[in-house]
Amino acid sequence: MQSSVRATILDQIKLVAEQQSRLLMPLNDSLPLLDSGLDSLCIAILVANLEDELGLDPFGTGNNVSIPKTLGEFVALYQNGAA
Amino acid sequence: MALRNTRRALIEIALASGSDAGRTISDPAHRVVLADLARSSNMSVPLESMRDRSVLLLTGPQLPTVTALMALDGVASRLLIGLPGLQQADLSQVMADGEVDVVLRDDALASQLHVDAEAPYKRDVDTEWVLFTSGTTGAPKLVSHTLPSLTGPLDDGLRVGPAPVWATFYDVRRYGGLQILLRSLLNGGSMVLSDASESVGDFLGRAGKSGVTHISGTPSHWRRALMSGAASHLSPRYVRLSGEIADQAILDNLKASFPRAEVAHAFASTEAGVGFDVRDGYAGFPASYIGVAGGPVELKVEDGTLRIRSARTALRYLGASRRLADDRGFVDTGDMVERRDDRYYFLGRREGVINVGGQKVYPEEVEAVLNRDPAVRMSRVWARRNPIVGAVVAADVVLREPWVDFDQMRESLLRTCRETLAAHKVPVTLRAVPELDMAASGKLKRRDE
Repeated sequence: MQSSVRATILDQIKLVAEQQSRLLMPLNDSLPLLDSGLDSLCIAILVANLEDELGLDPFGTGNNVSIPKTLGEFVALYQNGAA
Repeated sequence: MALRNTRRALIEIALASGSDAGRTISDPAHRVVLADLARSSNMSVPLESMRDRSVLLLTGPQLPTVTALMALDGVASRLLIGLPGLQQADLSQVMADGEVDVVLRDDALASQLHVDAEAPYKRDVDTEWVLFTSGTTGAPKLVSHTLPSLTGPLDDGLRVGPAPVWATFYDVRRYGGLQILLRSLLNGGSMVLSDASESVGDFLGRAGKSGVTHISGTPSHWRRALMSGAASHLSPRYVRLSGEIADQAILDNLKASFPRAEVAHAFASTEAGVGFDVRDGYAGFPASYIGVAGGPVELKVEDGTLRIRSARTALRYLGASRRLADDRGFVDTGDMVERRDDRYYFLGRREGVINVGGQKVYPEEVEAVLNRDPAVRMSRVWARRNPIVGAVVAADVVLREPWVDFDQMRESLLRTCRETLAAHKVPVTLRAVPELDMAASGKLKRRDE
């Protein structure tokens, strides 16, 4: 489950980047999200798509999460939600 | 004809609030020393030639407009604070509505000052200040204020402490940003301007180096700031949110990121002015704010929207027959609120404008693109809540032939949207639905439930 969550996130990042004509940096856990090539609109789309794909909304009201800065933190947020 | 001698000019009030050489207004490239403005100008035209004129300021960066506002308040009869990106097609409407005599652009307004031999000037004109706000279609609406109506909200008891340095993510040519600029000018502070071409990280780095103590932005600005990691450059005493609904998560995140800061959220609009700010750290506002007469601001809720009456509201729209306030002086903000226990919470805009990270999306515009496809019978565009930018665009379409393969059609519809609409207007969610409800008026029902 954990690895499939990661794979889904990475697939969706590539899909959003392609649709929004963004050049992606090589993806690794320490990459700051806002340096990945995705802007905040892209990340907004990503979060919406992930809610559809995974049924997870870790940012939803009631979940008092701190905002992730890196890709690793972002993935972990979803993996914690799926666990 | 302009009125005389009813108030002091902005530059005089600003310098009286503190005249040490450390007070500056800066952007990424330039730094203007406030005290120098008494004897300097950034204009390539003689200031005196602007006397009693209606002047449109239209510059790319903010600093030249800010400097010109300081120079021209008390001289020009009307200052129209233009926003970059004003469409050429809308300019003639603005010129007519604003009865504009002179347009000052980047070629007439420098970022740097030169000593002006003619100074000091007699600044005795009661200058009208005009802000732009986007309308549903076409040219921006011109909203008429006075310096007293714009500075009225500053008398809110906020204790700023010594030598405050203000910054805002907003463009200070917009109402929310102008409030911050005026605060910096009128309470002895300095101002750090944002710049459209600068990344959020660079802006926050610059703000940190400049020792920013007070900073404002929309909740979307702040979410982006926290995501950038660059918020750690700052240790503000005061953090302010306005312009969008501040939810509890962003308030809590800001409080955690800036433990020393007071985190406040304010309600304001260009037309209504600042209604109130909320300093208790909670989303929404206390129900006790409503219906209090005799204070500087009177609030009420009618037909579900917040109404405001105060001396801070704008006077009128220029060039429009449309009225800004009702007969009793209340401005309908169009913001839907709902009472839960002892608090009111914002639901969104009555007319359903979708706010994608501070950028407006009119559902009808996106629907028009979708409806253009012959396979689509009708569509409804709605705001899908989003934790990153507040909302993203979602669309439901009713197909002419519901049995066709929608996956293929979805791709084709989205391709059309991407080709014709700005990125933030393209639906993130697109669903086929059997039907869409209509209200008794025959209009599409926009609100869910």
